[in-house]
Amino acid sequence: MSPVTPGRAPALALDGITCTFAARAAKGGTVGRYTAVKDVSLTIAPGEFVAVVGPTGCGKSTLLNVAAGLLEPSAGSVQIHGEPLSGINGHAGYMFQADALMPWRSALTNVTAGLEFHGVARSEAIPRARDWLARVGLAGFEDRFPHQLSGGMRKRVALAQMLILDPQLLLMDEPFSALDIQTRQLMENELLDLWSADRKSVLFITHDLEEAISLSDRVIVLSAGPATHPIGEFTIDLPRPRDVAEIRMTPRFVELHSAIWQAMKSEVLKVYAQSRH
Amino acid sequence: MRKAATDKRGRLAVSHVVLLAAIFAFWYAMTTPGLVSPEFAKNTAFFFGKPIEVMKVIWMWFSTGKIYPHLAITLTETMLAFAVGSVLGLVVGLWLALSPFASALADPYIKAANAMPRVILAPIFAVWFGLGITSKVALGVTLVFFIVFFNVFQGIKEVSPTVLANARMLGASKRQLLASIYLPSATSWVFSSLHTSVGMAFVGAVVGEYLGSAKGVGYLILQAEGVFDINTVLAGILVLTACALMLDVIVTHVEARLLVWRPRAAETEAL
Repeated sequence: MSPVTPGRAPALALDGITCTFAARAAKGGTVGRYTAVKDVSLTIAPGEFVAVVGPTGCGKSTLLNVAAGLLEPSAGSVQIHGEPLSGINGHAGYMFQADALMPWRSALTNVTAGLEFHGVARSEAIPRARDWLARVGLAGFEDRFPHQLSGGMRKRVALAQMLILDPQLLLMDEPFSALDIQTRQLMENELLDLWSADRKSVLFITHDLEEAISLSDRVIVLSAGPATHPIGEFTIDLPRPRDVAEIRMTPRFVELHSAIWQAMKSEVLKVYAQSRH
Repeated sequence: MRKAATDKRGRLAVSHVVLLAAIFAFWYAMTTPGLVSPEFAKNTAFFFGKPIEVMKVIWMWFSTGKIYPHLAITLTETMLAFAVGSVLGLVVGLWLALSPFASALADPYIKAANAMPRVILAPIFAVWFGLGITSKVALGVTLVFFIVFFNVFQGIKEVSPTVLANARMLGASKRQLLASIYLPSATSWVFSSLHTSVGMAFVGAVVGEYLGSAKGVGYLILQAEGVFDINTVLAGILVLTACALMLDVIVTHVEARLLVWRPRAAETEAL
């Protein structure tokens, strides 16, 4: 990894990102074009927690894949700490919406995977992975395979797997959307704890507005697809440290929620109208 | 609950034994004068053999040790055919699945080779490799290869894109992806086809021996058939069946050990 550029260069800067896919019609085989994301620019300052909300299917994950370097944008540029991105983003950790653990590896060896790929010796990787599993509350579950863990535990393993590499930028794609509400709030609080320990930059994607507000410093609202673009930006001035369950009761939270919801509402209704045809 | 389950299993085992005994009793009754006329018994004994005689042959084989070298040959051929066929299938499957051009190029040939009744290759292999062990292994390999190949090919195509993307984000190079994502995923498919491929390796070995050899259980059967010794033929078939069942049990155990990471339906832990 190249040394991180010091100074105030943004941890992530997307500039004019457009992603167009060749879409094949179900019948007849005519090839059309589908623009998932159009002309999106956003920056994340070092140590900033940014949440992106938008109606379902609006191309939020596309944006994240671009930032991760998994997807080349059709137009626009990606800069990481002021340097243009080419290939996989080595500064970023990615937490996927779906299960991404290797099912044939135990919790422990799933966590060591990243270190292994970077050539760290096993004897050094294993104690570090044990330590990380303990930090996400999974001490004693080292030898379990993913299918022997609950959904929430699998997310914890994925979190440890990502954080052990100490990435500067966390890309999170609705990581907790599959969890029940109690587990979810627990995980959100743990994420905030881990984050506040060393203030990484976070790009957190969700369709849940409450989750977005309670976690982040800034919420960006995306329009409905196709050709998704940001339509609003809100600074969340709630005090930290936060408890995601309690903060929802505060008047300021309710204010912010209704303001952002006003901005989102028309887009959500647009998607609803589209889905009825 | 648990007691009821053991009872049920016990009753099933007893039923299995009773059914087997009934089959042998019926066989015995139909081939021995007494219940049926001597004329009828003589005819059925010619076509179906006599259970007592069959058992005598088997007893003689094992007590004198005459069968062991033949069994050893057949099982060696099976193991070699399985090992070589699996490795080839794994390597070719990985290669074709990861190289779209090679797979498009090879596709019609693979399909044709798979559609061909490959047992017919046995005489050709006999010419190429002689009547020894090699020609039987070659036949077994052609049978095993395709099972493993198709499984690996499918397995690679079905690697979860999320798991793959995750490994790339964690910094895996192309070679590391092959070693820690594609290979484990492919081998799990190889193991899930283990039952079929071990069975096929066995078929290859026995059919190969039957079509021309100087040793092996298939050879014993062929010899006995030449002199219309139906009892020995049946004895050979019974020994082969027992071997196939044993292989199957071994495979089940190996599978359970190697695929511990696979989710099974409703798994609970004893406290």
